[in-house]
Amino acid sequence: MTMKFFGFVAVVVVGILLLAATGDFPEWGDPHSPASEGQVSSFYIERTVNETKVPNMVTAVLADFRGYDTMFETVVIFIAGIGIIAVLRNFGDGAAHVPDPPEPDEGSDLIVRSTCRLVVPLIQLFALYVVAHGHHSPGGGFQGGVMLGASYILLALACGLPAAKRRMGERKAITLAASGIIIYAGWGVACMFCGGNFLDYASLDPLLPGDKAMARSHSMLVVEIGVAFTVTAIMFAIYSNLSTRGRLEKGL
Amino acid sequence: MIWQFDIIILVFMVVAAIIALRVKDLLGATLVFGIYSFLICLLWAEMGAVDVAFTEAAVGAGVSTVIMIATVFATARRSRD
Repeated sequence: MTMKFFGFVAVVVVGILLLAATGDFPEWGDPHSPASEGQVSSFYIERTVNETKVPNMVTAVLADFRGYDTMFETVVIFIAGIGIIAVLRNFGDGAAHVPDPPEPDEGSDLIVRSTCRLVVPLIQLFALYVVAHGHHSPGGGFQGGVMLGASYILLALACGLPAAKRRMGERKAITLAASGIIIYAGWGVACMFCGGNFLDYASLDPLLPGDKAMARSHSMLVVEIGVAFTVTAIMFAIYSNLSTRGRLEKGL
Repeated sequence: MIWQFDIIILVFMVVAAIIALRVKDLLGATLVFGIYSFLICLLWAEMGAVDVAFTEAAVGAGVSTVIMIATVFATARRSRD
C-alpha cells in the first residue's frame, strides 16, 4: 500500500515536471527551432538530393549518411533473433520425427485458407515494392522486411505452421538472415576495394550505371535489400519459435 | 495538422493505454495495445513523419501484436494481478 502511494506520488511529480517542460518546446513545424536551424539538419536538407539523387531524405540519412548505424541495427536484429532461437528452440527428446502433412494442412477452415491464399501474394508484392521503392517513397528495408515476414506469419496462422515452414524453413531463415548482413557489410567492403572508405558508396561509380550520385542511390537499394532479408527471416523465426514453444510443430 | 483531430487521437490513446493496463484478459490487452499502436501511427502520419508511421504500422501494430498473441497462447491467458 505504501509503495503504491509513493509510486503514485512519483508518477504525478514526474508528470507535472514533464508537462511544465513541454512549454519550452518549439512550436510544431517551427523552421526556427534549434533542431531545424542547426548545422546538422541543413547539411542533410541541402545536400541529400544533389549528392544522392534520392528524394526521400529519411532513407538517405538512414542508409547512406548514417549507413554504419543502420548496419549495426541490422546486426542487432540478427543477434536478437539468434538469441531467441537459441533460448527457445526445443529439439525434444530425440523422438521420431513426424513428417509434415501434405498441402491441405490442419488449421482453420476453407474460407480463411482461401482468403489467405489470395492475400499473401499481394502482401508480398507490396512488401517488395516497399523495399525496392524505399528511397523514393516512405518505406525501406525494415518496413518491407517486416511486411514480408508478416506474410509468412499470416500463412502460418491460416494454413498451419508446416505450410509456412515448407516455404521458409529454419535453415533457410537463418541463412537468409545471415546473408542479409553479408550483403550489407559486403557492399561496404566492395567500396573499400574500389578505393573508398567502408560504406562510401560514391566510390562504386565505376561498377554501377550513372554518376557518383546515382551510385549512392543504387547502393541504398542494395543495402535495403540486405536489411529486408535479415528482418524477414528473423521476424518469422521469432514468431515460429514463440508460438510453438520452440518445437516448430503445429503452431497456434 | 488539425488540432481537433490530434486531441481526439490523444484522448483515445490515453483511454487505450489505461484499458490495456487494467484488462485482466491478456489477449484483450494485446488487442487494445494494437489499437494504441495504430492511433500513434495515425498521429505520426498526420504530423508528417510518414516513414515512422509506416514502421509503427508494420512493426508496432502488425508483427508485435501477433508475437504477443503467440506468447499469450503459449503461456497464460489471464493476468493474476
